[in-house]
Amino acid sequence: MDKKIFTTPILKANPITVLVLGICSSLAVTVKLEPAIVMALSVTIVTGFSSFLISLIRKSIPNRIRIIVQLVVVAMFVIVIEQFLKAYAYDVSKQLSVYVGLIITNCIIMGRIEAFGLSEKPLPSLVDGLANGLGYGLILVVLAFIRELIGSGTLFGIQIIPLSWYVKEGGHYLNNGLFIMPPMALILIGCLIWIQRSFQKDLNDK
Amino acid sequence: MQDLLSLFVKSIFVDNMIFAYFLGMCSFLAVSKNVKTAAGLGVAVIFVIGVTLPIDYLLNRYLLTDGCLTWISPSLANVDLSFLSFIIFIAVIASITQLVEMVVEKYSPSLYSSLGIFLPLIAVNCAILGASLFMQEKGFATLGQATVYGLGSGFGWFLAIVSIAAIREKLAYSNVPKPLRGLGITFIIAGLMGIAFMSFMGVKL
Repeated sequence: MDKKIFTTPILKANPITVLVLGICSSLAVTVKLEPAIVMALSVTIVTGFSSFLISLIRKSIPNRIRIIVQLVVVAMFVIVIEQFLKAYAYDVSKQLSVYVGLIITNCIIMGRIEAFGLSEKPLPSLVDGLANGLGYGLILVVLAFIRELIGSGTLFGIQIIPLSWYVKEGGHYLNNGLFIMPPMALILIGCLIWIQRSFQKDLNDK
Repeated sequence: MQDLLSLFVKSIFVDNMIFAYFLGMCSFLAVSKNVKTAAGLGVAVIFVIGVTLPIDYLLNRYLLTDGCLTWISPSLANVDLSFLSFIIFIAVIASITQLVEMVVEKYSPSLYSSLGIFLPLIAVNCAILGASLFMQEKGFATLGQATVYGLGSGFGWFLAIVSIAAIREKLAYSNVPKPLRGLGITFIIAGLMGIAFMSFMGVKL
């Protein structure tokens, strides 16, 4: 199997910064690292396995109703994930609230099924799905790292910025509250795209 | 009546689907290159969301909530179908979208061709499923509230996509650093608009 199927989506054709897929639910879950990682894992699993399943039955899906078939398959996996999170990671599932359900409409999943799963063999589809999920996860982790560190001074909920620096304790440091706010995530992604495109000149708009 | 009005205004500005919850970003970024197409998609979204939410509300009220099946027979009081809500909501959305697609194709072929792939993709527009799930989470008391909330969120989405399309049309004439051009600057503008919309957060209705 071609190794490129796995490596390209992680950086070169990253679903968020290059294909602009899956922005929707991803930005709201990057305030803290923990939910971001849970979300990234869930999306990776759903993308990989739904792509795999659709690819298995691709020859018997009538073209007209394929969107509904795809949505049902994706929804099935998402329900499994949601029930699993509720059972084993209740706090995180509360933090993610409706965004777990919104994995169904995460464009990465539909996009990969349409672009890859429908026309390729099951195993490459599985790898492609997983790799895209990981590429998405990479951006999520980078965003969550920056936002949690600057916005709340913690990582995984553990205090990183020394408490004695804070104004309350007589120091001179304040958390930048703007980084917890949703709009900052958009601006950060804009900057990530800027950085990536300065290195990968072939992506630039004319 | 008054609380319906305030719910409407609140769902447009304070709980704006795009700037407060990031829902429906994909088509928001991809179809906002000119105002006309953006407005067409916005209207389609208002329609789909406005029709879907009342249907989803009724389904949720009479089929999905824990123990609500008693209207069929009292013996079903222990049945909890709420885990099915994703599949049922998405099926409703997908079928309404199919309907809109057929209507647009028949009456406005030019809009149909300019929207292209994004018309069927309304089905996976997170704003619509998101509104259904928020509706479920907020537990609205009446059908009227759910409908108004749906129309308000749709209208907020319309407003957001039309305004960013207008900015992007003007932006075509400005000198943006090359790697930032296109996608990057659009993200940053959306972020700045989000900060502007945050000023509505203090509004009490």
